[in-house]
Amino acid sequence: MGVATMLGAPIKRREDPRLITGQATYVDDIKLYGMLHMSVLRSPYGHARINSINTDAARKHPGVVAVYTAEDLKGAVGPVACAVPMGKITEGMGIHGPLAEGKVRFYGDPVAVVIADDRYNARDARDLIEVDFEPLPAVVDMEQAMQPGAALLYEEFGTNVPFGLHPPTDEIDKVFEQTKADGGIVVKQRLVNQRLAPMPMETRGVVADYTKSDKKLTVWSSSQIPHLLRNVLAGTVGLPQHQVRVIVPEVGGGFGCKLNIYPEELVASFATMKIGRPVKWIEDRSENLAATIHGRAQVDYVEIAATKEGKVKGLKVYAISDLGSYCQLGTNIIMIGLGFPVSVGAYDIPVVHLSADLVFTNTASTDAVRGAGRPEATYIIERCMDLLARELGKDPVEIRRMNFIQPDQFPYKSSAGAVYDSGNYEAALDKALQMANYQDLRAEQAQKRAEGKLVGIGLSSYIEACGIGPKGTLPVGLFESARVRVEASGTVMVYTGISPHGQGEETTFAQIVSEEFGIPIEDILILHGDTDSTAEGRGTYGSRSTAVGGPALLKSLTRLKEKMQLIASYMLEANVADVTLEDGKFSVAGAPQKSVTFAEVAATANLSNTLHPSIEPGLESSSFWEPEANTFPFGTHICAVEVDKDTGAVEITRYVAVDDCGRQLNPLIVEGQVQGRLAHGIGQALIEGVVYGEDGQLLTATLTDYAMPIAPELPSFEIDSTVTLSPVNPLGVKGIGEAGTIGSTPAVANAVADALGVAHVDMPFTSEKMWKIIHQK
Amino acid sequence: MATKREITVTVNGQQYHSQVEPRLLLVHYLRDVLDLTGTHIGCDTSQCGACTVMINGESAKACTVLAVQADGSEVTTIEGLAPEGSLHPIQEGFWEKHGLQCGFCTPGMIMASYQLLKNNPNPTEAEIRKGLEGNICRCTGYQNIVRAVQYAAEQMRTEAAAPVGGGE
Repeated sequence: MGVATMLGAPIKRREDPRLITGQATYVDDIKLYGMLHMSVLRSPYGHARINSINTDAARKHPGVVAVYTAEDLKGAVGPVACAVPMGKITEGMGIHGPLAEGKVRFYGDPVAVVIADDRYNARDARDLIEVDFEPLPAVVDMEQAMQPGAALLYEEFGTNVPFGLHPPTDEIDKVFEQTKADGGIVVKQRLVNQRLAPMPMETRGVVADYTKSDKKLTVWSSSQIPHLLRNVLAGTVGLPQHQVRVIVPEVGGGFGCKLNIYPEELVASFATMKIGRPVKWIEDRSENLAATIHGRAQVDYVEIAATKEGKVKGLKVYAISDLGSYCQLGTNIIMIGLGFPVSVGAYDIPVVHLSADLVFTNTASTDAVRGAGRPEATYIIERCMDLLARELGKDPVEIRRMNFIQPDQFPYKSSAGAVYDSGNYEAALDKALQMANYQDLRAEQAQKRAEGKLVGIGLSSYIEACGIGPKGTLPVGLFESARVRVEASGTVMVYTGISPHGQGEETTFAQIVSEEFGIPIEDILILHGDTDSTAEGRGTYGSRSTAVGGPALLKSLTRLKEKMQLIASYMLEANVADVTLEDGKFSVAGAPQKSVTFAEVAATANLSNTLHPSIEPGLESSSFWEPEANTFPFGTHICAVEVDKDTGAVEITRYVAVDDCGRQLNPLIVEGQVQGRLAHGIGQALIEGVVYGEDGQLLTATLTDYAMPIAPELPSFEIDSTVTLSPVNPLGVKGIGEAGTIGSTPAVANAVADALGVAHVDMPFTSEKMWKIIHQK
Repeated sequence: MATKREITVTVNGQQYHSQVEPRLLLVHYLRDVLDLTGTHIGCDTSQCGACTVMINGESAKACTVLAVQADGSEVTTIEGLAPEGSLHPIQEGFWEKHGLQCGFCTPGMIMASYQLLKNNPNPTEAEIRKGLEGNICRCTGYQNIVRAVQYAAEQMRTEAAAPVGGGE
């Protein structure tokens, strides 16, 4: 394979050798001299008053160095960050310190920590802390929490609702009336998008190390956001930013939950600053299920109006978002900020009405989980399309086709306010139909139904918004950075502001460099995750790494290439405009025999003695790139299921996915992303769900109780793609990290409703639930 | 603190004598005492399989074995699967077929695959999926893990079929 064809090649990942041999370094693999271990005492109640805490026995336990409660943190550690406060949150509702003060508000709420010489001693001592909890009535159901008389998490505010969005309904009311008057229909449905645990296989973890002499705090954290963590951490523990260094080592998955600043990161930092020895905290899986953020947790009341032919005239969504107990970084903006803008999906819907209430409950905080808002919005519109099809007696394909935004409508400003970059929704639909042999599949379904079997087919033609930014989206600009250094030997070091944790940018970014410079991939090193060496960046989430980090990298490469062309022009005694770089050689147009290698130019620049005096020595460039607009990947998924009448078990018999993520830099990685995301979305549809008892007890506190997909439960997916370039970035890429999750959940839900012959069933489609539905009939 | 016990364990061909607390988990012994951090901890209840190692030739989840129970045993971890500088066909398969993303479940997944292929050198897709049901991966959706094991199975069959000394 020639270097020039690197971009778009399905090359093996460069990060894999260390991962398949056990040589990678995750946070828990870090061992520092004198390192102590932290264990966290958490609330066993969903809601309780803390009358007193007695730490005497814990302090006397062998090996214990310190025990801290909220009292110790006062004045030293600020509250946990909330990025965009709104409504009563701006007055402090839901804002919390790292350790509970006065009250605990969810099962797992951190109350105290023990710092000891090893993890066993820390945990033993933790069990010796005596807390006098006075249990309070809890409220875990978001709709109950809105009712008068419900238990209050924040009594001083007199409500559990910090923010509501209720614009006037005149316009949508008129649309609905007119549609009905014209002989059309309005379909209503309540939809529950159940609470999920993000469940990366590596739990959270942190090692904090403070050097008292130079007042420097170094924090290793399993995080998606090294710079944001560094900046917030500095402010929260009262250090200047340059005295805090965050290093993100190997990260064992994030799925949104490591896009946050957590109490344990703050307390471990406080502890090392007090004690002067490194402090490690590694979350166990039960803590992870209890105290790491959850996602989704939304109830939607939807109404959709269409003509009798099926053309959609208006969509009305009232969404209730369960915030959990406290505001974490993005808790209150997931639905309104990320979900609502894509609420009309792939369809040309002239009028949309979006209203919402955000509600605190005695549960773990919710925040971004793979897709964050967009899966919920997509679930709404894709279920609505099937509800319409059912009501009108039409094929779900026909309804979708009739309402698609057409290729000539881009850039398309939707009634929900988003501006879609590019798309060809019908092409993806057609490809998926062809792959699935849709007509045959329907014929087969009819035949099996005649045999008495419960067989269903579901579609989902999703869109999503990726590549965040753009500028002005949040109070903190969501740009990305790259710092590129060409060394004297002609090898290249790239320091990127993104923070990959499985997405493979050490490979794809090297492919970009290889393509641009015409040098072998072995000569390129991609580094990330150290705030002392990388330029300020925003990290990896929202399928933004390639769409935002890629163009930043390209900018630096272009600058360096221009400088190297200039240097080469002096070396070749040619006009700079005539110098081209190809296959690692600078040559003169029309005289290809006259050339200098990439490495020779790099040496000249770095060694400088023979460099023309007008040129600054060295080859290094830092660039920042901030998108002007989001990218909008899309696709169509088709799922076929069979529900076993005797057991209620749902089997996915076919799964076809056609996704369009724009240009593909490495199709092998794209395919891998799609497969994994499908499994995640199917997991939500079929089995996943965090469950609390009415008293606030977490009933899914281990992996014994929280089900996630295992290999025998999933089919082999049939995957293909279409390619529609994005015009909003120079690489033409859109993003693929979440698409599969967003598209798959409604495809399975539509298939299951079709199989059962009902309008709607709330997820997850467990055997028990299916069996009950089948046998009630 | 409980009285420490003396244990002798052979890990990846090297013998270790250690004094450990009776309650010390094997996975913590491997990671914290022997510094073999390739074996990971993903849960505390033996569901996820990230800690899978071989004990006396059989796969086991090292988070639910005490170090003292491994006394006198031979343990193989991901670090000892192939000689230094080379890859086992299963490791090759995971690399070739993009059978990993974040890599956290991967060492356990590879060790479980090792057991699977030891029992069944020519598994069907369904047998591979069933054989790996004790290991959870959040990243891949398992499809490329299946391909990785199929790749390894083929390599290992080819190697086994090669005449003795024929490849030298």
